[in-house]
Amino acid sequence: MMSYEIDPKGVTLTPEQMRSRRLRNIAIGLVVGALVVLFYAVTIVKLGPGVLKPPI
Amino acid sequence: MAISTAEPRDYLALVKPRVMQLVVITALAGILLAPHPVNFVIGLSSLLCIAVGAGASGALNMWYDADIDAVMRRTAKRPIPTGRVTRPEVLAFGIILSGFAVLTLYLVANALAAALLAFTIFFYVVIYTMWLKRATPQNIVIGGAAGALPPIVGYAAATGHVDVAPLVLFGLIFAWTPPHFWALALARTTDYGNAGVPMMPNVKGADHTRLEILIYSLILVAIGVLPTALGFASYVYGAFALVLGVEFVRRSILVFRVREGEAANKTAMSLFWFSIVYLYVLFAELLVERVIYVVGVLR
Repeated sequence: MMSYEIDPKGVTLTPEQMRSRRLRNIAIGLVVGALVVLFYAVTIVKLGPGVLKPPI
Repeated sequence: MAISTAEPRDYLALVKPRVMQLVVITALAGILLAPHPVNFVIGLSSLLCIAVGAGASGALNMWYDADIDAVMRRTAKRPIPTGRVTRPEVLAFGIILSGFAVLTLYLVANALAAALLAFTIFFYVVIYTMWLKRATPQNIVIGGAAGALPPIVGYAAATGHVDVAPLVLFGLIFAWTPPHFWALALARTTDYGNAGVPMMPNVKGADHTRLEILIYSLILVAIGVLPTALGFASYVYGAFALVLGVEFVRRSILVFRVREGEAANKTAMSLFWFSIVYLYVLFAELLVERVIYVVGVLR
């Protein structure tokens, strides 16, 4: 069985790993933002203006 | 476990953007063929779902075919063979995108469109990639059905049913696929041979492939003019289909006749590139006239 020496400071990312992680985070953020807009628009189209007037 | 250095562009490469372009154009044609124009937001969202579903298929194809991709020149620079993304990452990416695309299409459009998209992904990944591709020289003939389905999915998303018009577009892409891929395979025989993929030229020989290319080209030209004959495309489209179709057959005859040396490769690649132009121009023309129709109806 392999033994590990745990670094008390945790994992230190290389500049390349940091850069790619930042780019992935930005991409995921943009996609999630676009999905919010998409689902909002589809909801309005499917339900019509009535979505803003809930029954009392 | 290694920490990933994959960038967004690597994930973009996984969804095969070039194939996705063709899927978008053909699915859009299916959406615009609807007799009653669909709502813009619903149409656009449906198109997005179909495109993402196609991208997911591409990613799952790269996940399964990483071994083949690594030994072929055309595919050796893909994200898995170069080590930029791992296979489990690609598998997860493909499955999540597939599920998301199908479920969203169900919510945005209807159950039929979602089921057809799910079937398209299943057919491309399981039937074509996992089974046919490594088993038979008819791989791209039968597997071509997956690439031909987007117009049907698009039409179903817009109307809730399937009709003759999208089926004709299905037939057009289905008949286009063999001459398109076999022209490439003729020029890349060694590559496919090294990878152990039983493409038609490797199994039945180059001459037999040339004959089949010619036969499929003739079928393609006949299907190409059907939209005008059946009345869902104009005579302008018909003229384009006829002129480009004749050129397609002329180039197929050249491929059939020029069989030796570098000239043979050159003629095959020339047919391959022309086949792309053929399909893009026909669908672009169809899109233009359907957009004019939709604008006319909405006025």
